[in-house]
Amino acid sequence: MTSHTIWEVPGGIHPPENKAQSMAQALAECPLAPEYILPLNQHIGAPSAPLVSVGQSVKKYQLIADAEGIFSAALHAPTSGTISAIEERLIAHPSGLSAPCIVIAPDGLDEACPLEPCEQPFALEHAAIVAKIRQAGLVGMGGAGFPSAVKLNPHANTSINTLIINGTECEPYITADDMLMQTHTHELLEGVRLLAHTLGNPDNVLIGVEDNKPEAIAALQEAAHKANQKHGCDIQVVSFPTKYPSGGEKQLIYILTGQEVESGKIPASLGIVVQNVGTAVAAWRAVRYGEPLIERITTVVGQSLQVQRNMRVRIGTPMNFVLEQNGFMASQSARLIVGGPMMGYALEQTCVPVIKTTNCLLAPSHSEMPEAPPQQACIRCGHCAEACPAGLLPQQLYWYARSDEHEKLEAHHLFDCIECGACSYVCPSSIPLVQYYRAAKGDIRKAAADKLKSDKARERFEHRQERLAKEEAAKEAKRQARKAAAELNKAKMAAQQAATETSHSQNLASTSTHKDIQPPAIPAIASAEELVANAATAAKAQQDPTLDKARLSRTVESLASSITRMKAQMAEAVSEGLDPSRIEKMAAKLKQTELKAQEAKTKLDAFDKTLATGVLVDAAAQKMMASPQDAAAKTLSSLQKRLSKAQELHLEAVNENKPSADALKQGVIKLEQKIEEAKQALSEAQNAAPSSSSSEPQQPDAAAAAIERAKQKVQAAASMTPEQKAQAAVESLQKRLSKAQERYAKAQETHDENLEAFATGVEKLELKLKAAMEAQQEGSEQA
Amino acid sequence: MAFLRASSPHTHNPNTTHRVMREVLLATLPGVAVLTWFFGLGTLSNILIACLFGLGLEAAVLKMRGRPIAFYLKDLSALVTAVLLAIALPPASSWWLIGVGMIASIVVAKHLYGGLGYNPFNPAMVGYVVLLISYPQYMTLWLAPENLSVQGAIFDITTLFELVFGGLASTTMDGLTAATPLDVFKQTAGLTAQDIYAQKAIFSQGLFAGAGYEWVNIAFLLGGLYLLMRKVFTWHAPIAMLVTLALFATVFYDAGSSNSGGSPLLHLFSGATMLGAFFIVTDPVSSATSNRGRLIYGALIGALVYIIRVWGNYPDAVAFAVLLMNFAAPFIDYYTVPRTYGHKKAQRATHTGGQ
Ligand code: SF4
Ligand code: SF4
Repeated sequence: MTSHTIWEVPGGIHPPENKAQSMAQALAECPLAPEYILPLNQHIGAPSAPLVSVGQSVKKYQLIADAEGIFSAALHAPTSGTISAIEERLIAHPSGLSAPCIVIAPDGLDEACPLEPCEQPFALEHAAIVAKIRQAGLVGMGGAGFPSAVKLNPHANTSINTLIINGTECEPYITADDMLMQTHTHELLEGVRLLAHTLGNPDNVLIGVEDNKPEAIAALQEAAHKANQKHGCDIQVVSFPTKYPSGGEKQLIYILTGQEVESGKIPASLGIVVQNVGTAVAAWRAVRYGEPLIERITTVVGQSLQVQRNMRVRIGTPMNFVLEQNGFMASQSARLIVGGPMMGYALEQTCVPVIKTTNCLLAPSHSEMPEAPPQQACIRCGHCAEACPAGLLPQQLYWYARSDEHEKLEAHHLFDCIECGACSYVCPSSIPLVQYYRAAKGDIRKAAADKLKSDKARERFEHRQERLAKEEAAKEAKRQARKAAAELNKAKMAAQQAATETSHSQNLASTSTHKDIQPPAIPAIASAEELVANAATAAKAQQDPTLDKARLSRTVESLASSITRMKAQMAEAVSEGLDPSRIEKMAAKLKQTELKAQEAKTKLDAFDKTLATGVLVDAAAQKMMASPQDAAAKTLSSLQKRLSKAQELHLEAVNENKPSADALKQGVIKLEQKIEEAKQALSEAQNAAPSSSSSEPQQPDAAAAAIERAKQKVQAAASMTPEQKAQAAVESLQKRLSKAQERYAKAQETHDENLEAFATGVEKLELKLKAAMEAQQEGSEQA
Repeated sequence: MAFLRASSPHTHNPNTTHRVMREVLLATLPGVAVLTWFFGLGTLSNILIACLFGLGLEAAVLKMRGRPIAFYLKDLSALVTAVLLAIALPPASSWWLIGVGMIASIVVAKHLYGGLGYNPFNPAMVGYVVLLISYPQYMTLWLAPENLSVQGAIFDITTLFELVFGGLASTTMDGLTAATPLDVFKQTAGLTAQDIYAQKAIFSQGLFAGAGYEWVNIAFLLGGLYLLMRKVFTWHAPIAMLVTLALFATVFYDAGSSNSGGSPLLHLFSGATMLGAFFIVTDPVSSATSNRGRLIYGALIGALVYIIRVWGNYPDAVAFAVLLMNFAAPFIDYYTVPRTYGHKKAQRATHTGGQ
């Protein structure tokens, strides 16, 4: 086949391959197990949502749990039977965790539900193929189980130019992919073509295989040759020197393209998609035959087994059952490893199920894999650095990990460590370096999470402070408005009183001998009811502050004019030789009026200022009101950023079979939740902003808003609706008017000397009533 | 049933620190043999005494530090230090001289700094330099190679005893010692290189770098090549040192005039050059960690060796050069962090704060 340039990754090791023992036997079929345990989360992302209930009978291939969102995968029944439980079961996990599982008790019939084959898979649209792959519950079968459909759906702005099919299988002992490539060569090629088709036929379609699998390479090359001739495609089978860990996604990309995936990014950023050979075959079966992923090839190997071979195992088969089929001698077993000896994890229990990503069950004997010798001092020999495929300095990482120097660890790119174990493998002091890195990564993640938490707490605190400040500002604005209203009221009353007193003094002046002065109707204004009504009308009037200001200045003017009048009258009284005591009284009144005029003037000035501050205060309040919205938006965007980063990390982890993928997945899920929350918060904030202004839609003016609040406060104090209040005001005025009119009529009858005063009182009341009625009208209109 | 829970990787290559140290000890054998051939039993007595001190001191300190003695003794690092110091000292050194040197090496340079892996300086070289500064009169007394010495004296057990435990007449002593080739070359400033080679016995009896000494160096070179082959260390530091030393020697050879610093061959094959290059410079603990760093580290040692030999006051310079560069190793590490996969540039070691 055409020779393809090979780049050599730095570092790497050559551990004993131990692949022959499992390849000596033909691919076997694992018989039906007495029970199938199907964890809902066999993949990176959200657990699937069960669609069945306990007691329900299911058929083989039947969908029993559906994908929950994009980052999830569907789950199908591996055989027919009844759902015996949906409960927590021990799963294959480095920490021996339990997780929710669907448990099927097989009926032994292995009845299948009808599948939906597709004769012309290459005629299907991209979306249709991706949908079929998604429905089949496909996940990356080489590693951490990344939902395959996601990888086939790159962002719209990335064009894929290279499809790499990973047949490297660099871990010692594992031969599942080797077996698959030899036994399913045709399907693999069809799968590769299909994946290429789905990705828009990228320029390069490469199947990468290490040169320690000559049979697989030969078979693939022949098949590729045929396929290329038949379909005019250009699938290249590239073999390269065996070296661990060439099968790491990033390493393989470098070997085949000479490109490095930038730290923190995913291969798609280079226009590269990597899929495992197992995934390619499963994709073909899913699209062509409509067959969901319910089984896989798993290598069952190790010297504590009587038979070492590859088996076709249904997903959910308990591992102890699989081991039993191969003559497992538990007493001879040193440990039980899921995966290979370099990156696999040891299990404590064998009752856990085989899942979609279980490529190997390794049960070595004691002599085969003795316990690690005790750790000795690091002699800084640098062997680890020479072995590291990621270009890290493992010994430095080790020193920093031991002394918890997180910053230095990150500066030394701890998170670029793919946990391949090459460094630990070569370390002459038997230092379990990877264990240190995992612990350090966990610590750093935890610290980051804690920081996030405390950041959140701080944010909440700041939020609270902001809210308090906002409330304070609103209160202040209200207070200002109330003050303005009160002062206005006072000024008004003063004006009225001044007017009354003026008329009074006029009366006095004209009828200086009359001693018993009837109190005019006007002082009744001072009643509490009136006050409230006044405040209400004032507040209403204040809806237009300029209008209000005009009114206030009018008051000042009228006071001034009444002062001049009073002065004139006094002069007259003096010239007419009135009682000096009376004149004195008049002078005192005049003085009082002058004082009141002065006060009204200051109030007018103050009102001017209030107006200005009102605007300021409100602007500030608005700003503050805007800021939670801003903050929410900010939080959201930063979260989104974080999410995308986390997703990338996660992807990367998945692609590299890192056990940390699990944790990362959790992180992604959490972030997604957080984003959801942040979105809600944002929309709340957005809703809050317009609604607060919509309560006063015709008053964009800030001061008006403040005054409106004052008005509402006054209304609240009266615990009346504006209409009611206006009504009350009108009623009271009407009452008073009728009283005044009565009095006036009486005065006319009795030719009272104060007739004129009564007349003005009635007139004024009439005016007032008119105003009140107008106000009422307005109020009801507004309502 | 429960199985062993262990973290990956589950396999390990057979290489161990014990094996590394054993290989190093093994690789010194040709050198030791040739030394003994030319300089007599003194080398063996040195090694024996130094090893006894080494093991004793190591065990004592480990006990004081509350560490498992047998476990740590098994890493053989104390023996390696002892053998290297013993080889570096003049053959048949006094027992107490060796003792002082070993205390400086094991107790001060190694354990006071935290034990194996934590020592910033090469312990054997610390021991050597402490002795060189404290007892220069003993340190410059090299026995003459066998063919220049009193017939059979250096293989005589009684003489050896007298040398090691004192009591040898100073006149006898004079007959047994001779200036080293590097000393001779330095002290004969008026002569051209050619004259020196013709007139001075130590050169005229030898081939190119002094009688006996050239063979010793060749033997250590062989041992070093063995270690390289066994992948005990990488070639970077020793080769960089030798190449730099040779370059300096070539540049300042001055065609063998009376100002000549000596030929490249003289520098490569006399004194402690090969021992230094393959057994001292390659000490992983106190050298730079990355390959690039080791190139720089080795090259600077080579340069320093030449500078101190030719323009300095000490007869040999490997110990000083190595210790000086031990100082600089962290600094070199700082600037030679390798580029990590997926990063455009290597990051400075202390540049923190992520990307
Ligand atoms: S391989 Fe082990 S002993 Fe050597 S430098 Fe690395 S961590 Fe230290
Ligand atoms: S486990 Fe990490 S540090 Fe060790 S060799 Fe692999 S990538 Fe490098």
